[in-house]
Amino acid sequence: MNITLKLYATLQDLLPAGAKRNAAQIEIASDSSLNDIIDAYQVPRELAHLVLVNGVFVYHADRDARNTLRPDDVLAIWPPVAGG
Amino acid sequence: MSWTRKLLRVNLNTASITEEPLNMEWANDYLGQRGLATRYLVDEIDPACDALGPDNKFIMVTGPLTGTSASTGGRYSCVTKSPLTGTVACSNSGGHFGAELKFAGWDMIIFEGKSASPMYLNIENEVATLLPADDLWGKSVWEADKMIRQKHQDPQIRIACIGRSAEEGNLYGAVVNDLHRAAGRSGVGTVMASKNLKAVVVRGTQGLGGLADPKRFMESVKAGKQVLADNPVTGQGLPTYGTQVLMNVINEVGALPTRNMRETKFEGAAEVSGEAMHEPRKSDGKPNLTTNGACFSCTIACGRISTIDRTHFSVKDKPEYWINSGGLEYEAAWALGPDTGVDDIDALTYVNFLCNEDGMDPISFGSTVAAAMELFEEGVITTQHTGGVELKFGSAEALCQVAEMTAKGEGFGKDLGLGSKRLCEKYGRPELSMTVKGQEFPAYDPRGIQGMGLAYATANRGACHLRGYTVASEILGIPEKTDPLESTGKAGLVKAFQDATAAVDSAGLCVFTTFAWTMDDIAPQVDAACEGDWSTDRMMEVGERIWNLEKDFNQRAGITGADDTLPPRLLKEGANVGPAQGKVSELDRMLPEYYQLRGYSADGAMTAETRNKFGLPG
Repeated sequence: MNITLKLYATLQDLLPAGAKRNAAQIEIASDSSLNDIIDAYQVPRELAHLVLVNGVFVYHADRDARNTLRPDDVLAIWPPVAGG
Repeated sequence: MSWTRKLLRVNLNTASITEEPLNMEWANDYLGQRGLATRYLVDEIDPACDALGPDNKFIMVTGPLTGTSASTGGRYSCVTKSPLTGTVACSNSGGHFGAELKFAGWDMIIFEGKSASPMYLNIENEVATLLPADDLWGKSVWEADKMIRQKHQDPQIRIACIGRSAEEGNLYGAVVNDLHRAAGRSGVGTVMASKNLKAVVVRGTQGLGGLADPKRFMESVKAGKQVLADNPVTGQGLPTYGTQVLMNVINEVGALPTRNMRETKFEGAAEVSGEAMHEPRKSDGKPNLTTNGACFSCTIACGRISTIDRTHFSVKDKPEYWINSGGLEYEAAWALGPDTGVDDIDALTYVNFLCNEDGMDPISFGSTVAAAMELFEEGVITTQHTGGVELKFGSAEALCQVAEMTAKGEGFGKDLGLGSKRLCEKYGRPELSMTVKGQEFPAYDPRGIQGMGLAYATANRGACHLRGYTVASEILGIPEKTDPLESTGKAGLVKAFQDATAAVDSAGLCVFTTFAWTMDDIAPQVDAACEGDWSTDRMMEVGERIWNLEKDFNQRAGITGADDTLPPRLLKEGANVGPAQGKVSELDRMLPEYYQLRGYSADGAMTAETRNKFGLPG
């Protein structure tokens, strides 16, 4: 199934070719865990700090769970960042 | 240099300048900067006074770590009663001005009265002189800075100055130092203008001194810098992307207030984000961002130095703006961008330049324009009012036009200079003003970040992110992640952030250090610099005392618990999209617990018991 992967800040260079404005459409196995995707795109797990699925934060402990993603979900990942 | 132990008192009625010893008893109770100056203000003015009258006072103040080698130890604040909110105002700035004031041998300057004609204060170490500023009046910050430098012929002077907006009565006039650092919020520049004070010029050559334990101080400073360098936020994220890295984050969580906070996601956020500032543009292949920059003694260096595309409509005939200058920070970019619906990064950068050039708070300006755009959309404001400007959401041209008018206080810019609250009241739609206590919101929607609703409602200077930045915990996971949609537990979180921030501000440090530092990193630096015991617990106690002193000032100024609220839009209209869709701010659930934790009455009033507990002045 297809989802949108967004990688930001220092992670943006890890996006596949054709990505636009930090976002790419990717195909994943329907039972993929978030960590499967994080590993597949070579995002160092320690830099996958802010991991959002459809805008909702996913804690580290829940990132190995399978069958949680739905088609057209948006997975967005940031390294540790802050501002204000 | 911990303390010089002396302050300058400048009476503008009589043009007399006197030296006074710093009240070290108050420094012991209120640490410095924000806390110490508020203590002076409480002692010296009637909180109910006219903020723009001669009875208000205007204080420029440093902290004990201002001018030291502590990372970010260069900050000063402008403390006064705000003309925008009627509350205490404390507006904090970086750059190099604060440190230079210390090097000249002064901890603080208190301005009182009103000069009969425009003046500026020139300080060369122990010699302070009021000089005529008739030629500077009517000039922008940038023009005045240039003229002062030509006159004094000293490239090392540091200048804090007001622009034409404040002179024209704009109620959110800023004090701009070092050309593009600003004590931006609450109209502190407007108070300076009301006293006919155009600028403060400082040159200090007296170096460092006065540290209680220099060796231990250097050790604690070194340790603190290592923590900042090793932390991915302060060591890498902020220098590379600046605060603007938040644009996409806050949009993704559905808490980016859009088009006067009607919506909570902006379709153009990516176009005006920190990442976009790095992208080469078509015209010259250069990115918006030229480099990062640091304030005095800062090892983070989050500042943005930017250029505008020379072919952009806003500047193509204006080579004076083809320069490198202060670029977009997140709060300014949000107010000028998503809140007005404008996704043109060059237009935003141009307007940001104008805000620096003429000393306007870009948050209040952008938010006021957003309110005016909604009024325009509803037909309440028309082109007859705007002087022909089609003030539509999303119009970069309109944004630039009204920014030019407001910077100079011309035409409809006079209305926009009133701020959102007074503008919406003038046009009969007060509910469209996105403000608390008359100050415009920053860039976080309290429906999607529940703690921020309470932080905004209770902030002692009106809606403000810098008084209790629970975004750090609720969104960014610093120091630990909490659920942004959950209001339970947020009262304690908000109070903890508020108290800690009051202490950090009062030390003379930048609050951004707290993305890496805890109070356990800060207290040893203060403890080594200052006399007495400055443990973590003491810092938190002093932070809470400062908070309550500000609260007490506001109460005496007539501000009540009824003012601790949010606009009806945020309490009644659910977020339109994102995780918070359908949700409103649960302020009513958080406020009673917050008052209880603070030791206030159920209706939000300071109590005699709490006043006594913290030894506040009677």
